[in-house]
Amino acid sequence: MAWTEKVLRVNLTARTTFVEPLNMEWANQYLGQRGLGSKYLSEEIDPKVEPLSPENKLIMITGPLTGTMAATGGRYSIVTKSPLTSAIACSNSGGFIGAEIKNAGWDMIIFEGKADSPVYLYIENDDVKILPADDLWGNSVWKTDEMLHQKHQDPLLRVACIGRSAEQQCLYASVINDLHRAAGRSGVGTVMASKNLKAVAVRGTKGVGNIKDFPRFLNATNQAKQVLAGDSITHEGLPTYGTQVLMNVINEIGAMPTRNMRDVQFDGAERISGEAMHQIRASDNKANLTTNAACFGCTIACGRISTIDKGHFSIQNKPEYWHASGGLEYEAAWALGSDLGIDDLDALTYANFICNEDGFDPISFGSTLAAAMEMYEQGLISKAQTGGIELNFGNAEALVKMVELTAKGEGFGKELGLGSKRLCEKYGNPDLSMTVKGQEFPAYDPRGIQGMGLTYATSNRGACHLRGYTVSSEVLGVPEKTDPLTTEGKPELAKAFQDATAAIDSSGLCVFTTFAWTLDDIAPQLDAACQGDWTAEKLLEVGERIWNLERQFNLDAGLTGKDDNLPKRLLKEAAKTGPAKGKVNELGKMLPEYYQLRGWTADGVPKQETLQRLGLV
Amino acid sequence: MQKSLHLDAYKCTGCLQCEMACSYEKEGAFNPAKSRIKVFTFHDLGRFSPYTCTQCAEAWCLHACPVEAITTNVATGAKEVNETLCVGCKVCTISCPFGTINYNTETHKVDKCDLCGGDPACAKACPTEAIVYIDAEQTGYDKMQKYAQLNLTQGE
Repeated sequence: MAWTEKVLRVNLTARTTFVEPLNMEWANQYLGQRGLGSKYLSEEIDPKVEPLSPENKLIMITGPLTGTMAATGGRYSIVTKSPLTSAIACSNSGGFIGAEIKNAGWDMIIFEGKADSPVYLYIENDDVKILPADDLWGNSVWKTDEMLHQKHQDPLLRVACIGRSAEQQCLYASVINDLHRAAGRSGVGTVMASKNLKAVAVRGTKGVGNIKDFPRFLNATNQAKQVLAGDSITHEGLPTYGTQVLMNVINEIGAMPTRNMRDVQFDGAERISGEAMHQIRASDNKANLTTNAACFGCTIACGRISTIDKGHFSIQNKPEYWHASGGLEYEAAWALGSDLGIDDLDALTYANFICNEDGFDPISFGSTLAAAMEMYEQGLISKAQTGGIELNFGNAEALVKMVELTAKGEGFGKELGLGSKRLCEKYGNPDLSMTVKGQEFPAYDPRGIQGMGLTYATSNRGACHLRGYTVSSEVLGVPEKTDPLTTEGKPELAKAFQDATAAIDSSGLCVFTTFAWTLDDIAPQLDAACQGDWTAEKLLEVGERIWNLERQFNLDAGLTGKDDNLPKRLLKEAAKTGPAKGKVNELGKMLPEYYQLRGWTADGVPKQETLQRLGLV
Repeated sequence: MQKSLHLDAYKCTGCLQCEMACSYEKEGAFNPAKSRIKVFTFHDLGRFSPYTCTQCAEAWCLHACPVEAITTNVATGAKEVNETLCVGCKVCTISCPFGTINYNTETHKVDKCDLCGGDPACAKACPTEAIVYIDAEQTGYDKMQKYAQLNLTQGE
């Protein structure tokens, strides 16, 4: 129930498709999306596989609540082995394609092998075709989306595709769906490109009707919607300001990574904040923000839709950008803004448009450019190498130029596509790479929010805010307030967040609901929809199982406990200003206790009894 | 009191809860493709607009139907399709100026909004009051009030 129980397997090498029944035993243990996709991947590939080889697989997978009336029930995930981190990757996206895949009758699509020339997958319910994409290859996401809609003469077709950055092997390329929603991180788009798979275009008209107990499900989802409607973050903060509601808050507590994390506060934060997006520009009498927007089934609607001033230098004489599109989320605003020392809101919005148009992760891009800027200022990168561009902090023109180059993999943009770790190694100062396991940091400085240091260090996909958002407790007081400047209790907090999040990431629901929901709000919705008994306790167990499964994959891939680390800057250089002034991140105090709580050895390896308890052996 | 569905595009976030509620009510599954209310996305404008049958008093579809399969529900004012009488000729779909009555290839009949017998599921599901079911004689009330207030401010 709730699952369609159907898997579509696509062999790109042989250009064949197969229909398989979903492994329901695994579904009961791993739910869907992140958990179930990771289980399939672990079973089907050698963790040591070269990420961009045909032997790697790419899995697009929905959750049991995807496509239902549950609030935010529109998520899907892409699971593969990451070329950026060589660890397991799972990137989660909203928009509409996840529900469309489910409506077409599929829980998941497994792509294997590599096509010998560009192809795309077309799905209309049971009708599945691998079609040539030679004409699409070389085009941006936006152009590809337009071409596919024209070709199939179907305005309701949903498209997920890669842009030129992925084709040019940018290591943090995304898969973009519905023009501006992204399975954003860890280079899942790069893997898709390596298979010569340009796009997946889906039309589903079967509906999702396989619900265990419809009246109980409607009752449970209605109650949960009331909880979202009664919460100040999910009902006011997020729809009004999006995730950008955080910009001023995080800056005030001194955890705003600035200029490649040299600083922890940015004096231009207010000018690039959610509040600033509402302000009427003097130049054209309009606000940056056009409206808020929802993903499929979402009653929060935190999405930003923005319009850049036609007179802004970034889009002057470029009418193709004079329309509304996906605007700045907090992570993009931070990475393209404070981490580069840039406070020009429309320049950041333009850079964000380009990241969507050509499909790459604004967090990794911004953070990589920040490292490049620091190396430029140190003289490690010369003006000749950047193509004559002054790569100093605060230079909005440099951002605009560099985002355009990275989109197409041209000039210094090709270097930026390597990601921060490889770029810093190449130019001689590896310590300037603000990464864990090769993946760039998101927008919370762990000197000012201690728990985040631990979740970054231990995240199975490299530095990530979505793998255990202890900010919720340490800053926002959800579910209860803890002190962001102490390490006490943080290992327990990190583990609890990591396990709960792994379960939510596997359900079809959006993790942003957890500003208001706990697992007690989520479990009744799953229990009414899915076969089996789903309680909050079972979900936590599923989450812990997923966490350990991912850990095992990474250990088998060759990572070790030594990779659970932070850059020297965050461990040695104290925060210069704000409430965290004088603090470094005290990872060393937290990590041993964390391993112990996880039931892992002092080297970070899950003990046999832990694996046994979770059914992993 | 007769009620009417009132749609406000500027409040719509494009979440499609209305389409799921409608399709569940009418088809027993969450299936936007089978919904009788549709949300249209105008990407370049950054706007979403829900649209469905307005239940014309003198309905083109009703007059066009050669077998009198479309009748008025006296209590709600809804124009309802009698599925046993409908022959699927589609003349109503041609005559409706708004496109809100459509052919269903599975049933070989036409589908349209019937206001769920006076308790429309879409309005109940809408999280932002972009779809409300209100007094048919007062659908302009909100706008009137807004302009009345403007009038008040200008007098100061």
